[in-house]
Amino acid sequence: MEFKTAVFYFLSAILVFASLRVITARNPVHAALNLILAFFSAAGVWALLQAEFLAISLILVYVGAVMVLFLFVVMMLDINLDRIREGFWSYLPLGAIVGLVMVAELGAVMAANYLGVLETDAPQAVAGASNTKDLGRLIYTDFVYPFELASVILLVAIVAAIAITYRGPKKTKYTDPAEQVRVRAKDRIRVLQMPAEKQD
Amino acid sequence: MVDALQQFLQGIFGTVFPLVWVMLKIVLIIAPLLLGVAYLTFWERKVIGWMQVRIGPNRVGPWGLIQPIADGVKLLLKEIVIPSGANKGIFLIAPMFAFAPALAAWAVIPFNDTLLLASIDASLLYVMAITSIGVYGIILAGWSSNSKYAFLGGMRSAAQMISYEIAMGFALVVVLMVSNSLNLGDIVKSQGQGMFADNGLGFLSWNWLPLLPMFVVYLISIVAETNRAPFDMAEGESEIVGFHVEYSGMAFAVFFLAEYANMILVSALTAILFLGGWLSPVGFLPDSLFWLFGKITAVLFFFLWIRATFPRYRYDQIMRLGWKVFIPLCLVWLVVVGCWMMSPWNIWK
Repeated sequence: MEFKTAVFYFLSAILVFASLRVITARNPVHAALNLILAFFSAAGVWALLQAEFLAISLILVYVGAVMVLFLFVVMMLDINLDRIREGFWSYLPLGAIVGLVMVAELGAVMAANYLGVLETDAPQAVAGASNTKDLGRLIYTDFVYPFELASVILLVAIVAAIAITYRGPKKTKYTDPAEQVRVRAKDRIRVLQMPAEKQD
Repeated sequence: MVDALQQFLQGIFGTVFPLVWVMLKIVLIIAPLLLGVAYLTFWERKVIGWMQVRIGPNRVGPWGLIQPIADGVKLLLKEIVIPSGANKGIFLIAPMFAFAPALAAWAVIPFNDTLLLASIDASLLYVMAITSIGVYGIILAGWSSNSKYAFLGGMRSAAQMISYEIAMGFALVVVLMVSNSLNLGDIVKSQGQGMFADNGLGFLSWNWLPLLPMFVVYLISIVAETNRAPFDMAEGESEIVGFHVEYSGMAFAVFFLAEYANMILVSALTAILFLGGWLSPVGFLPDSLFWLFGKITAVLFFFLWIRATFPRYRYDQIMRLGWKVFIPLCLVWLVVVGCWMMSPWNIWK
């Protein structure tokens, strides 16, 4: 067995195990941590495919930012596990259907390679070329409109998320830092000149 | 000499030699780094002492030089108390989560053209990705301690770290735009070209001058990123309860090792990205590894200097600085540099 294959199986084993633990762990924080491990292993698998930009940005975006916010939320939630488990059997048929559809879709994509549905083979990385640069060049030339469209959709999502949670100006005791910085000593204190009193 | 050693080791280890060779290189990076971490704490206490007209540690060994080792031994001998109700596994993993990224990032730091462990194309992205994992140490330490103070402290520090990561990331985007590369070695080499460098005044060609606003943003962001004074919301000996309030002994010390290792790492990055790495500041002196060490030392001194100088920021002011000042500034400067590069006055051809 080639060394690369061994690394692949090692990463995949961790990936599968961590993914299983995400749905079986009782503690939601443990589940989130396993998800982080799963992302990390997936990034390793991608790095094996020489997709270094994708692998690193998976860690940078998902592990470094998204999962941190996820952990924030999960840690602050007061989750009662028994209450969640109550509805397990009634949700099972729906869950099973969704799962089967996903398996079928994945199977179709996987089989496409064997059945020759795809027009070309998977592109091979050019040795010595930086695929980060190639990817950037493609995004900003051939795929600039889809890329701009995706970013506009993201912007709309950000605005919508803020609009949903915004509940109007609050009556707080907020003070403007800019105003605080501008304050000078003579605005706040007044030095009085008083004749010295005699000590008796 | 290196070749002779290589052949000698190859004779001994045979097929596993590449593994041994890489391990040897890792040890050669990590061991001086840990020594540097230990003596950075000593240097910090000395420098702050001098700035405050005190003497600083001077009892253990000549001029107090054995002090960091005495501190380490003391912390090793202390008991590690695990609070009742704490999530034991995560409680013990959290310090490692904080420390390990600070070491792993050194894999791609170039010491000069040839001296580095791993040359990968996207090494700047790698450093950013790996250092962004360090925040888990803080969150997990706060959560697993089963203490509300630790939890709130963890949230506070983690929110601060991700906020400043954005401004830092934008500053780096500008650097990679002008260097036209994500490779740290190429970024250094690109700083050795230009009008001033050709006339023997290399230090005026480094990124700090044309990208001065980004340099300032980066310099302040790394202080906030490493949770150092004046942005030390995590730890303020007597006033603020931070995420590591339940930690003791070596588990506590590892958080501090992580903080100082991170300081050295971000100083090295500042030296490489903005201060020309191993390049010599003037034409008549040769480029060398020692320039890099000198620049790292200068940035580290800046860390200690501002700690002794500035009072601590209030938390809402930290957030305001990060989100309302730095991020808009970076966005504007990104566009400015973009236009500059497209104009006939482009200096980075």
